[in-house]
Amino acid sequence: MRVAVVGAGPAGTRAVEVLVRAGHRPVWIDEAPANGGRIYQRPVAGTTRSARDLYGTEAAKAKAIHALGDRLRAASDWRPETLVWNLRPGLLDTFSAGRHEAIRAERVILCTGAMDRILPVPGWTLPGVFTLGGAQIALKAHGVAIGARVAFLGTGPLLWLVATQYLDAGVAVALVLDTTPFRTKARAAAGLLAEPATFGKGLALVARLRLAGVRVIEGGAPVAIEGADAVASVRVRDRAGREHAVACDAVGLGFGLKPESQLADLAGAPFRFEPTQRNWVPEHDGTGRTPASGIYVAGDGAGIAGADAAELAGARAAWAAIADAGGRVEAAEVARLDRGLARLPPFRAALERAFPYPAALAARTPDGTIVCRCEAVTAGELREAARASHVTGGAHEVNRAKAFTRVGMGRCQGRLCGPPAAEILAAALGCGIAEVGRLRGQPPVKPIPIPAEAAA
Amino acid sequence: MRLVRLADAARPRAPFTLDGAPAEALAGDTLLTAILTNAGHVRISEFGDGKRAGFCWMGACQDCFVWVEGLGRTRACTTPLAPGMAVRRT
Repeated sequence: MRVAVVGAGPAGTRAVEVLVRAGHRPVWIDEAPANGGRIYQRPVAGTTRSARDLYGTEAAKAKAIHALGDRLRAASDWRPETLVWNLRPGLLDTFSAGRHEAIRAERVILCTGAMDRILPVPGWTLPGVFTLGGAQIALKAHGVAIGARVAFLGTGPLLWLVATQYLDAGVAVALVLDTTPFRTKARAAAGLLAEPATFGKGLALVARLRLAGVRVIEGGAPVAIEGADAVASVRVRDRAGREHAVACDAVGLGFGLKPESQLADLAGAPFRFEPTQRNWVPEHDGTGRTPASGIYVAGDGAGIAGADAAELAGARAAWAAIADAGGRVEAAEVARLDRGLARLPPFRAALERAFPYPAALAARTPDGTIVCRCEAVTAGELREAARASHVTGGAHEVNRAKAFTRVGMGRCQGRLCGPPAAEILAAALGCGIAEVGRLRGQPPVKPIPIPAEAAA
Repeated sequence: MRLVRLADAARPRAPFTLDGAPAEALAGDTLLTAILTNAGHVRISEFGDGKRAGFCWMGACQDCFVWVEGLGRTRACTTPLAPGMAVRRT
């Protein structure tokens, strides 16, 4: 069996570990120079910071994944700094160091991870605004803060984690605004207690920020990010509807995560709308096996479940691929993985309920606000598309809105604008979010030089 | 905006040019770190809505492309700076 693993985060690393243990030599591809993924991204070469400095309470896990990745490099066909830009039956189209190569693989395990989900706020394209994930990568991997006085706007565990990491690094945290009211989180607390350690860590973060005197608003809304050529302040509304202006020179922005699932889409895996996460996720049978022949998904790219779940899911998907190829499966090990995976969904669902995507705010994005930053398409243009009286009718789903307005047609392929564009369109049409669908993936999933593609 | 260096600042210096002017960053920096520790933006939107300075820092948003002599259009957040690189933002 020739098998490829795309992604070298927790899921991809564990998938390769299992494949190697079962006697395979998988092709292993990642865009980064070394394994670890985004959650355990390695720091800049020459760092003097310890794993504890970099990964906090997750240091042991990060070190284990890094050590395993280092060991697996020689045992696999390791292709770092390589982009998979298309997936065809039995073929992965890759690009690396100026060179195109189509790699054959009968089975492909996609461990493509996740990225921040965005709510477009007036001014969010200004220099100085980064995703929460980006703000964290800047600090941890690159040893830089996104500014000297930073406001964090969004919702989700990452909001509180990154704000605390900035505080601990000595950066002035001007504001933490969580769009989720405290009572929503409190209501989800019972479910969160299924993982008391994680729940406790979360409470400790909030307490640390409040103790340090950081201004915290829960249940509020961002109004605008302001500045001429760069961030100078944010305007926000608190729960009582009062507006506040807070001076800052950078903003971390993020509202939960969404799967990076373009390759699963190109491979023909069907998707379903997951209402708790409010994300479209590739369908699989619980082991990672999708209905698309030879295509497996694991980790956050298969639906957000976090790094610990990703390790289990990566290993489990590898066993599914081995079984499908007629290989010998270690039944006790598979049972252990299945037990671990079965424990996770209730906690994850509670977490999603604790920090819901602010869909109502997205639906009310002001007309003049850019939604698609690649093509500078505004919320107003999307609403016009919904109302349009073309011969064939208005944009009743997102791909039609894309054809009308270019939303999602730019370099990022709708990674950022997809979810808010769907919310705006659904609200304008007065239908459910699932009814407007999702932006279909198109190759190349990320920009490649034109000559390279032409040579393919 | 300007990035603030907090850690690992003892790395060797790495000279490069930004729009033809001499600039300096540190060995191991990505182009995004190198540019934004020297200047306030990395590109200008083609649609007239102003300056951009990257966004996701993880190779997803594609909003930090610059021109590098010899490499062509290059994504700044995932490309390591090589000493002597000539980087253009327009």
